[in-house]
Amino acid sequence: MPAFLTPLQYSILEAVCARLVPADAAPDGAQMGAVDYIDTLLGAFTFTPPRIWAGGPFSGRFGGAASFSDFEELSPAEELAWRTRVEGSRGIPERERLGPVTGLQETYTRGLAELGREFLALDPPARDARLREVGDFTSLVYEHVCEGLYGAPEYGGNRDLAGWHYLNYEGDVQPRGFTDAEVSEA
Amino acid sequence: MSRDFDAIIIGSGPGGSTAAEILTEAGLSVLIFERGRNHLIDLDNPAVLPQRFSNDELKYMTRHFLGPDPWAEPRTFRTSTADGDRQVIGEVNNLPATVGGGGVHADGKLPRFRQDDFLVASELGAIEGANIADWPVTYDEMEPYYTQAEQLIGVAGLAGANPFAAWRSTGYPMPPGPPMYGALVTSAAASRLGYHPYPAPTGVNSVAYDGRPACNNCGFCAYFGCPIHAKGDPVAPLRRALLTGRAQLRPQSHVSRILIENGRATGVEWIDARGERHTELADRIVVACGAMETPRLLLLSGLTSEQIGRNVMFHMQTFVFGIMPFRVHGHIGRSVTHVHDDHIVIDEAARAAAAEAGLPWIKGGLVEHCSPSHMIAEAKQYPWGPQHKIMMRDSPMRDRLLGFCMQGDDLPQFTNAVDLDPAVTDIWGLPVARTTYQLHTHELVASRHHGARLAQIMKEAGAERIMTATSPKTTGDLATSHSEISQVPISRHVAGTARFGTDPSSSVCDPWGRLWEAPNVMIADSSLFPTGSGYGPTLTLVALCLRNSRAFAA
Repeated sequence: MPAFLTPLQYSILEAVCARLVPADAAPDGAQMGAVDYIDTLLGAFTFTPPRIWAGGPFSGRFGGAASFSDFEELSPAEELAWRTRVEGSRGIPERERLGPVTGLQETYTRGLAELGREFLALDPPARDARLREVGDFTSLVYEHVCEGLYGAPEYGGNRDLAGWHYLNYEGDVQPRGFTDAEVSEA
Repeated sequence: MSRDFDAIIIGSGPGGSTAAEILTEAGLSVLIFERGRNHLIDLDNPAVLPQRFSNDELKYMTRHFLGPDPWAEPRTFRTSTADGDRQVIGEVNNLPATVGGGGVHADGKLPRFRQDDFLVASELGAIEGANIADWPVTYDEMEPYYTQAEQLIGVAGLAGANPFAAWRSTGYPMPPGPPMYGALVTSAAASRLGYHPYPAPTGVNSVAYDGRPACNNCGFCAYFGCPIHAKGDPVAPLRRALLTGRAQLRPQSHVSRILIENGRATGVEWIDARGERHTELADRIVVACGAMETPRLLLLSGLTSEQIGRNVMFHMQTFVFGIMPFRVHGHIGRSVTHVHDDHIVIDEAARAAAAEAGLPWIKGGLVEHCSPSHMIAEAKQYPWGPQHKIMMRDSPMRDRLLGFCMQGDDLPQFTNAVDLDPAVTDIWGLPVARTTYQLHTHELVASRHHGARLAQIMKEAGAERIMTATSPKTTGDLATSHSEISQVPISRHVAGTARFGTDPSSSVCDPWGRLWEAPNVMIADSSLFPTGSGYGPTLTLVALCLRNSRAFAA
């Protein structure tokens, strides 16, 4: 059950992410968890604490007790900043100190509506052409796809560590770390 | 209202925490204000080191975990007064707003300055358009404090390895840590061309030190807090101060004003995390907010010297990157293990380049041998589509990339300044710091001259392709490159906005770092620096703070 996206929005975004990072020997961007990452960001405040900052120090992947899933509490100022960023200023005076802010939620709702259900009916080259037409939205989604594929999976993406595994990247290695030989040798 | 503390310290970074250690050691009670959150130390039991930081690129590199949030506490920037009130609102050279300050995110390169860095005006001479002044202290006077700072922080290094270094009375407290593979490649190339690379003096434990473990090479170093306390961040001095029982640390407490009456500070006004305002009184105030927030606070406090905020310096960073035909695994190890100083020393070639540009001299800066390690940042540089994974696997911009970053000396200019933005406020309603800054011709000429030499070294190292970039970006006839890096300098090395000197008409502080306008206020950060040098400021500001705090406690 997505935290923010409707089933239709979710399907369109899946199709978008699969074009931004298409499948090859490794899965496509949606299969690697990019949509769930974006949905978790857009719905960050449906969770308590909000899914903004994962906990620490260790994920448990290389030893230590796993604590990344214990997200950090936000201070009142931090919550105001992040709600403004995610939800937009919506005419609320304290969120409009620096002027109106369009939230990520609205940007995604509008961007996905502009692509619409018809995006799903297009063939891959036509989908790419459409994504080039809505370039600003595509750039934003691509940034989030990169975060979703290569960030820690606790943020909702990088499903089964697929983003790290296809690159043989270890990810967070504390508390194990690396040996001195691994640092210095080719 | 009662005075509950002998001294108030504003800021818990390397300067403020050093002042806390020295003042409590002298028997004074201190209250340390920090506007950011505390993840560094257990305030109830400082003997135990809590582990809170993590290997998490999203949290630290994308989502501002260490603060300040660029919307809640923005800064503004313009290149000159001709550009209107501001060109940029948001992230301008943000050092962390967190307990430990910039010491938390730094990768801990801690070089000393050289002798002539303290005497630029008298040894190298004036340059037109630059506001160069000697420091009111010499290297010889600073040397014992440098030694002490290296021991208190815990610096790993190799004495004698850098032929250009100033004299030192003793070796480093720790030997260097393991050299990174990529840095071995570039430093070997530099040596073949006659340069003198050496193990970077680094505040990262190579062996267990001061009750903290040796670094385990996790690779999340620059921009990250250390999960295991292997970095020489301010946890060490803060812990010593708190363990005296005479210090209290108050996080998420934003000092909005120093109260000043008849040339003396009486206390501070501060705002708690819920926005409520309070007052705290003390007879001594230490300001250690960093070279952008310190002048802001002085101006918010009604101080009037027209010198406040002037002469702001960054390092002008010149980057030379080489794409190598082999993997360099820059994500394994400390961020930087090798540096060289050759570009700081003014040789015949540098003199000739200066003369050709009509300058008496040019000076470059410390060159860091580096290789990028951040995977999300890498991914965002590649195009979307089928190329994405091809590029990620091939990794020309990360796993096959080696780099040099020269921390170019930036001359002070009176018109480069931090002041209060006339309209933009932070979340508490206070005017934010505005920076007005442009490069001097000196920096452009030095960048072009030394950047070309760094490209030769990169070629010698075997690079398939070489790219250059500068921060801030450069345009026009003297451009080193036209990079995508913004006009706002990305260097976190900032200094000069409350310079100390012997003449109140040309400085903000006296030779002991005390405000001429209110001598019971001491500045304890790189705001004091009259000139910047080509080295990172942290070790020098800590050494200076050791010297000045002893006098301030007396």
